[in-house]
Amino acid sequence: MQDLLYFLQQLINGLTIGSTYALIAIGYTMVYGIIGMINFAHGEIYMIGAYTALIAITGLAALGIAWLPLILIVALVCAMIVSSSMGWAVERVAYRPVRGRHRLIPLISAIGMSIFLQNYVHLAQGSRNIGFPALIEGGFRFGSEDSFQTSISYMQITIFATTLICMSLLSLFISRSRIGRACRAVSQDLGMASLLGIDTNRIISATFVIGAALAAVAGLLLGMYYGSIDPLFGFIAGLKAFTAAVLGGIGSIPGAMLGGLILGVAESMTSGYLSGEYKDVVSFGLLILILLFKPTGLLGKPEVEKI
Amino acid sequence: MAAHNLKHALFCAIVTLIVAYPILGFNLVSSGTDIILEGATTQTVISVLLAAVVVFLFQLFRDNIMALLGKAPALNPLANRQPMEQSKRLKLESTILTLIIIGALFWPFFVSRGSVDLATLVLIYIMLALGLNVVVGLAGLLDLGYVAFYAVGAYTFALLSQYYGVSFWFALPIGALLAALFGLVLGFPVLRLRGDYLAIVTLGFGEIIRILLNNMTSLTGGPNGIGGIPDPTLFGMEFGRRVKEEGNTSFHETFGIAYSSEHKIIFLYLIALVLAVFTALVIRRLMRMPVGRAWEALREDEIAARSLGLSRTSVKLSAFTIGAFFAGFAGTVFASKQGFISPESFVFLESAIVLAIVVLGGMGSQLGVILAAIAVTILPELAREFSEYRMLIFGAAMVLMMVWRPQGLMPMRRIHIELEKQE
Repeated sequence: MQDLLYFLQQLINGLTIGSTYALIAIGYTMVYGIIGMINFAHGEIYMIGAYTALIAITGLAALGIAWLPLILIVALVCAMIVSSSMGWAVERVAYRPVRGRHRLIPLISAIGMSIFLQNYVHLAQGSRNIGFPALIEGGFRFGSEDSFQTSISYMQITIFATTLICMSLLSLFISRSRIGRACRAVSQDLGMASLLGIDTNRIISATFVIGAALAAVAGLLLGMYYGSIDPLFGFIAGLKAFTAAVLGGIGSIPGAMLGGLILGVAESMTSGYLSGEYKDVVSFGLLILILLFKPTGLLGKPEVEKI
Repeated sequence: MAAHNLKHALFCAIVTLIVAYPILGFNLVSSGTDIILEGATTQTVISVLLAAVVVFLFQLFRDNIMALLGKAPALNPLANRQPMEQSKRLKLESTILTLIIIGALFWPFFVSRGSVDLATLVLIYIMLALGLNVVVGLAGLLDLGYVAFYAVGAYTFALLSQYYGVSFWFALPIGALLAALFGLVLGFPVLRLRGDYLAIVTLGFGEIIRILLNNMTSLTGGPNGIGGIPDPTLFGMEFGRRVKEEGNTSFHETFGIAYSSEHKIIFLYLIALVLAVFTALVIRRLMRMPVGRAWEALREDEIAARSLGLSRTSVKLSAFTIGAFFAGFAGTVFASKQGFISPESFVFLESAIVLAIVVLGGMGSQLGVILAAIAVTILPELAREFSEYRMLIFGAAMVLMMVWRPQGLMPMRRIHIELEKQE
């Protein structure tokens, strides 16, 4: 019984982290699906989202507003606006001019952008980590009083619910809306889509904006969950999310969700049963293994090389 | 000026404000357990506004500005010059390189201790960059975990000296070969992957190595690192004031000169110089050998190269292994120079710096990479008051370079024959 409760706790923690990875992974997978490049700066956009949310929360507190839903909504909207603008600007400045060149060139440009954004925030906000207030406290507990108790905090429930809402909205958007349909068309065949009158530049920008907005949501959620942020925390989270995207099959949106959840659970099981220090080793090891044995991921389509 | 332009310019200006203002305009300050928000100085606010205005004006008159720039006389007077003849160019390049090496041999005897120390670091970066140049520049494999091989070299020497008392000269080849072995073992499975997947896998590998070094506390000392790494000796002569190991003599006693701590620094510099020259010469040779040609062929067109019978795996693997070998070399010298190493010296940023050197110098070009390594290491030392902007400028330079001059400042010129235009 005790073991089962412990296992359940790790599973809950894993799914919580995993669902935020999935939110970030969407940005990688959509961009890769459309223009075939790894947006290395995506982790930094997520980090900027978290910073903006924290700035908004502190600002509202300074104004004396204490009604929780209002604070959360304002922080979320601010973070999404700033991150999406950032995503749009990054694409415009660093990726559009090099689109269509040799594969390595956009990638190096993206690494440069990632270093730039890290240091931009570092210079503006300092390198020390800053505490993020835990706005949502408390939770449920299971199990008897005198032994191990499994707990689900309200924060974890909020993370699940928000992720679920975002993913459903995204699926609806991609399958029903005009821009969503255009996105799918562009990801199938960019040249053909532009021949049929789709403004491909606009669609690519839209992809970056959507991915950045979801990353901002993840930034707010993870900032509250972990309780502190620093300018470098986007880098590892970005790598993890990329791993999730590859795990599920890059280019596939359901794949990103699945990959995120699997990665999150694998990580929390490692820290629960082995040691917390090795959880990064496990996720990178998983990435290497997946790429070696099933490069298309769990739900991805094989890529045919055209001559 | 169309209304469309005005709308676009306004949009760009607003985006600039949104991107810059929240992050630059408010500072989060921790005070005790609370965080408070402080407004930035008026100066920052004004510069953000100014930036938005500049973006607005630029986007508004973009067509006119671009037309003006197109008409303006070329800023670069060398742009229209005929390329130098190949034989002449090669000769000039070798002359310059020889002169640099001769200068570098005598230079440390006339300058301060600090600059010799810095020059040793520059030489280590040159070794690293030349090695990575083989992998990225010649073979076109983006390796983002290059620093892992550097770490393998450094830790091999540190561990061998700590547990078995192995000296620098024995550890040097062992470290390099072990790094090459790591490259071989990692490269064998992953080199089948496409370019950007390879980049991520090598990045993951670099992180794994660093995390392992950090956590295997009983062996590597974890985050505390390993200290007391011995200095290199010259034919059994030590450079300390007193001889540490039995059977050795000390340099200043043998030659009957007064002890000076500068001897050791200069000696290390000379070792680094010799190894850097060795690296450059070996790679220069390799570039002209069939294997070097094969690297480039595979980079330019993989399908065509394979259809001509090149084995993709072995060609890529050779580049990867040779790159790792020289990283191990550089790592051993680094461990010896510092006398102390910890996982903190082997973070991803280090890989990114070496990559930036290769990219800025011009992928594939040896002279370009050497000059870029010198510039990237020395410029931040010269402009110390801007040192915190160093990485910011790095990132921006990488992006701008890719946008405007992806071939680098000094692109590699391949030996080629130009066909004359037939009438």
